[in-house]
Amino acid sequence: MKKGKIAEKKARKRLPKGTVKRVLGYVKRYPLSLVLTLLLAAVTVGFTLYVPVLVGDAVDCIVGPGDVDFAGLGRIFVLIGVSVAVTAVAQWLMSVCNNRIAYEVVRTVREDAFGKITRLPLSYIDSHPHGDAVSRIVADAEQFSDGLLMGFTQFFSGVLTIAGTLGFMFAMSWQIALVVVVVTPLSLFVAKYISSHTYAFFKKQTETRGEQTAFIEEMVGNLKTVQAFSHEDENQEKFDEINRRLEKATLDSTFYSSLTNPTTRFVNNVVYALVVLIGALYIASGSGEAFTVGMLTSFLSYANQYTKPFNEISGVVTELQNALACAARIFELLDEKEQPSDEGGTELGRAEGEVSLDKVYFSYTPEQRLIENFSLDVRPGQKVAIVGPTGCGKTTLINLLMRFYDVTGGAVRVDGQDVRSVTRRSLRSNYGMVLQETWLKSGTVKENIRMGKPDASDEEVIAAAKASHADGFIRRLPQGYDTLLGEEGGSLSQGQRQLLCIARIMLCLPPMLILDEATSSIDTRTERRIGDAFAKLTAGRTSFVVAHRLSTVRTSDVILVMDAGHIVEQGTHAELLAKKGFYHKLYNSQFE
Amino acid sequence: MKKLLPFFKPYKVQSVLGPLFKLLEATFELLVPVIVSLIVDRGLGERAADFTYPDANRGYIVRMSLVLVAFGVVGLVCAVTAQYFAAKAAAGVSAEVRGALFSKLQSLSYSDLDGLGTATMLTRMTGDVNQLQSGINMALRLFLRSPFIVFGAMIVAFTIDVPSAGVFAGAIALLSVAVFAVMLVCMPLYKRSQEKLDAVTLSARENLAGARVLRAFCKEEDERRLFSERNGALTASQKFVGRLGALTNPLTYVILNLAVILLLRVGALRVDSDRLTQGNVIALYNLMTQILVELIKLANLIVTVSRAAACGSRIESVLSMNSSLELFPEGGKEGGRVETNAVETTASEEPPLVRFDGVSMRYKGGGANALTDISFTVKRGETVGVIGGTGSGKTTLVNLVPHFYDVTEGSVRVDGKDVRAYDPETLRARIGVVPQRAVLFKGSIRENLRWGKGDATDEELMAAARVAQAEQVILGKGGLDAEVEQGGRNFSGGQRQRLTIARALVRKPEILILDDSASALDYATDAALRHALASLPDAPAVFVVSQRTSAVRGADKIVVLDEGRAVGIGTHEQLLQTCPVYKEIYDSQYKDDGEGAAS
Repeated sequence: MKKGKIAEKKARKRLPKGTVKRVLGYVKRYPLSLVLTLLLAAVTVGFTLYVPVLVGDAVDCIVGPGDVDFAGLGRIFVLIGVSVAVTAVAQWLMSVCNNRIAYEVVRTVREDAFGKITRLPLSYIDSHPHGDAVSRIVADAEQFSDGLLMGFTQFFSGVLTIAGTLGFMFAMSWQIALVVVVVTPLSLFVAKYISSHTYAFFKKQTETRGEQTAFIEEMVGNLKTVQAFSHEDENQEKFDEINRRLEKATLDSTFYSSLTNPTTRFVNNVVYALVVLIGALYIASGSGEAFTVGMLTSFLSYANQYTKPFNEISGVVTELQNALACAARIFELLDEKEQPSDEGGTELGRAEGEVSLDKVYFSYTPEQRLIENFSLDVRPGQKVAIVGPTGCGKTTLINLLMRFYDVTGGAVRVDGQDVRSVTRRSLRSNYGMVLQETWLKSGTVKENIRMGKPDASDEEVIAAAKASHADGFIRRLPQGYDTLLGEEGGSLSQGQRQLLCIARIMLCLPPMLILDEATSSIDTRTERRIGDAFAKLTAGRTSFVVAHRLSTVRTSDVILVMDAGHIVEQGTHAELLAKKGFYHKLYNSQFE
Repeated sequence: MKKLLPFFKPYKVQSVLGPLFKLLEATFELLVPVIVSLIVDRGLGERAADFTYPDANRGYIVRMSLVLVAFGVVGLVCAVTAQYFAAKAAAGVSAEVRGALFSKLQSLSYSDLDGLGTATMLTRMTGDVNQLQSGINMALRLFLRSPFIVFGAMIVAFTIDVPSAGVFAGAIALLSVAVFAVMLVCMPLYKRSQEKLDAVTLSARENLAGARVLRAFCKEEDERRLFSERNGALTASQKFVGRLGALTNPLTYVILNLAVILLLRVGALRVDSDRLTQGNVIALYNLMTQILVELIKLANLIVTVSRAAACGSRIESVLSMNSSLELFPEGGKEGGRVETNAVETTASEEPPLVRFDGVSMRYKGGGANALTDISFTVKRGETVGVIGGTGSGKTTLVNLVPHFYDVTEGSVRVDGKDVRAYDPETLRARIGVVPQRAVLFKGSIRENLRWGKGDATDEELMAAARVAQAEQVILGKGGLDAEVEQGGRNFSGGQRQRLTIARALVRKPEILILDDSASALDYATDAALRHALASLPDAPAVFVVSQRTSAVRGADKIVVLDEGRAVGIGTHEQLLQTCPVYKEIYDSQYKDDGEGAAS
């Protein structure tokens, strides 16, 4: 037993502290179901256990030729019938309660996890593989609910069955009962020993599987590139290597976990044989009416029922361990640091559009300094262009304006208010944003355009689409404005998707705009055609435009020239050209 | 399942021995009630009126009890062996299937990949294979065992007493009907739950992938509500199925116990008329209880196995795909034609490096041609610009050179030889492709660049990086050993782009395809790149795909595409005169700029 304890301790150590407590915390929210399920389990077990007694009595009524008590049998049959009916109904109701608890708990956990996702800072989302969080919310939660359900259905009734059986057995013959009680813990011990060891195997399997999935995701997602570089053989080699490791891990975890059943079954068989032996000898030695053949029959079926829950419980323990590991993964997500709450922040209202950056410092990682001591004042209605070589930090600036990231020093202000003092919602709804990386939600074209203004009429949607020159191609889609778009924008081209994103902004017309390479995928003929609409859009609105097509930024009020995270030059087009500096070089290079 | 059978071949022994050992175990299990019955009937003998057994044979009782223990030991050994074989076969087969799937996916053509979709491929390789694995494991362990016990119990019952065995037959039939009826009703409902789960998954994925946009539009609250709705629907559906499924146990319990009552009644009559012993009745009762356990196991097994079978057939459908890429057999009819053609051209002059000859192309399932009747040639070292609006067929055109897609009509030739006559790998080794979407892979920068050429030295890598304007990127990250995260997340779009260009240059390609590759580069970098490319000693023929005239104006030849047709081919100056579409594109980029930006 000592060894078992150590193994148990080890197994517990591998789980983060408090996991079980938190799970119970969720379960406690369903007190009625919880009490009912316990009561019903007791009823079920009680009546289930009563049946073998009745059968034993019946067997004793059937002694031999001419020695059968038919009247007694009839009474017993009625009792069996009633017990069976009660058991069946109680059992079903118990399942209903368990279902409710398990699925509602998981529903709550999922909802919490999802809410978490919407409150996590973007730095988390940008730096963690999305598949990982998704698998926590979907697969882990599923596993968790399965484990919970199994735990409730089998754990309670298992424990109660053991207790009940013990009671009946001791009532019939305490001597034989004692034998059973002394030997069966062996089964428990064996099961525990195995399951504590398999946990490590399961973990190994999960890890290797995760590694493989990541690899598959990467390579299958980019098969075209793989083929373009004839990199198939190298990939296959790497894949086979991981695959072999996974095969080994799978074999280990599958085999060792599957040992539980046969070994506990073996212990049960030994118990069974012992009961037969002692029971039969006891009868032979003249137990008389104190212990009959019928009672031996009941005893045997008890010995079976008594050990079966051990089997089940040990199975449940494995399952529960797995479920707890999954719950721990979900809790880990739930414990991630959220973006600072903006509760109590003031509502910005509809902004005038004055934006100022005051001695701003920012970096994604402490080791790599990016924006340092950067100040900028933008008056309402000004058009600010941000240009610079690739990777100079243009997008970072937008992250700060939208408050996707918080500055590490200094402050960003809108209408004189620090963006950290207003609610995110009121800040962001003042901006209209079109990014180079177009993202569309799965849904219809119309729903996507309506994103910023859900109550817009069809006419408004179409007008916005016309303004962004998206109307033409939308009409040519199979179902026009009601065409369903897939998760990644379906079969639309980059350019078409960008047009939809622009239409989205055209519809809600916020006071400030952020256009990050908003037309990079749109061909210039179309771009030119929507130019007027854009001009109308930016008129009177504070706008930040990132572009490398410098021709589009010449009319800006301020051009920020960035390089390596710093603002190297700042001024109007004419001023900057006259300076003959970085901008001048950049500008001329496009005509070489 | 036919396609999957070969995967069992290396595990033939395990696949046969696994179930066999299970059968052995089951046999010993079935014999237990018989032994108990023997102990009662022979070990105890006749019961006297005073509840004593004067003929009791203690030695016999002890011996038979030892036999029971021995059965247990043998059963344990058999079971462990069976589990090992089953696990071995399941893990092995599924690993082989995964390997084969991966290999198959890699061999498919672009057009096949378009049809499949990434999400599908991922599910096939992960979820489906996992289901298959647990299906195989369960099947090998239980598929023979459970039916064997059920029917074995019935047969044993028949050997004991025929009329009582009739009760067995009836009970088994009724139990089967009940178990399978519940299952049949529940299966489609499970499927519906699965669909609801997909909706939940979609929500989760979207809120990660689209976090920026959704937050920019302050959609968090709406999204939470939507998720809550979908999650609620899932829960409701799961609860409903759960309630139905939970009927199995009570139902079978009732049926079984009714059968027990009937059995006892029949048994009583038979014992009364001295055709059966008390021990026999006990044996029959024990056999009956064994049946129930196995029948429920069997039902669960059928669910698992039928799920696995569905996954298996989905996997099969991928495995049975063959790359639709058209390849001319070596030295075949087409090959012959190519040769004569090659001879013909060398007679006059060296064949052009790339030749498009009346090429039309339509995507699988596409309504209209993506390209129509395109003809032009490219000589070594030449730069070809491909320009046109969104969706005009630019990418399609350059994708034909490395034979990523098949032409529908006409031909594309490299060095005078039809691309279909090349082994794709040989052909593609001569071509450097920089795709629109700059993708890097997890690993080091060095590993990424070596995709171009597996044995490239650091010098070669850095030389390529210099041309691609990526030297600073590499040095800035700390050299070639710098880590690249999955998808190149730790690099900006422009940095990725430059590295992908370097990757293509490492193999010193004869043909370089820049598919709008400079779109994420600023003008200065783009210009420097073009200079560096032109000054390479063995300058490759370059295809530059762009929407910008500035990117192609220096090209030796510009192909102007409009809705898949070449509406103009020529130099910048020629096209400005002759091609209205080109002129319009050009004007859109320059004319407005007033002060003659086109200096």
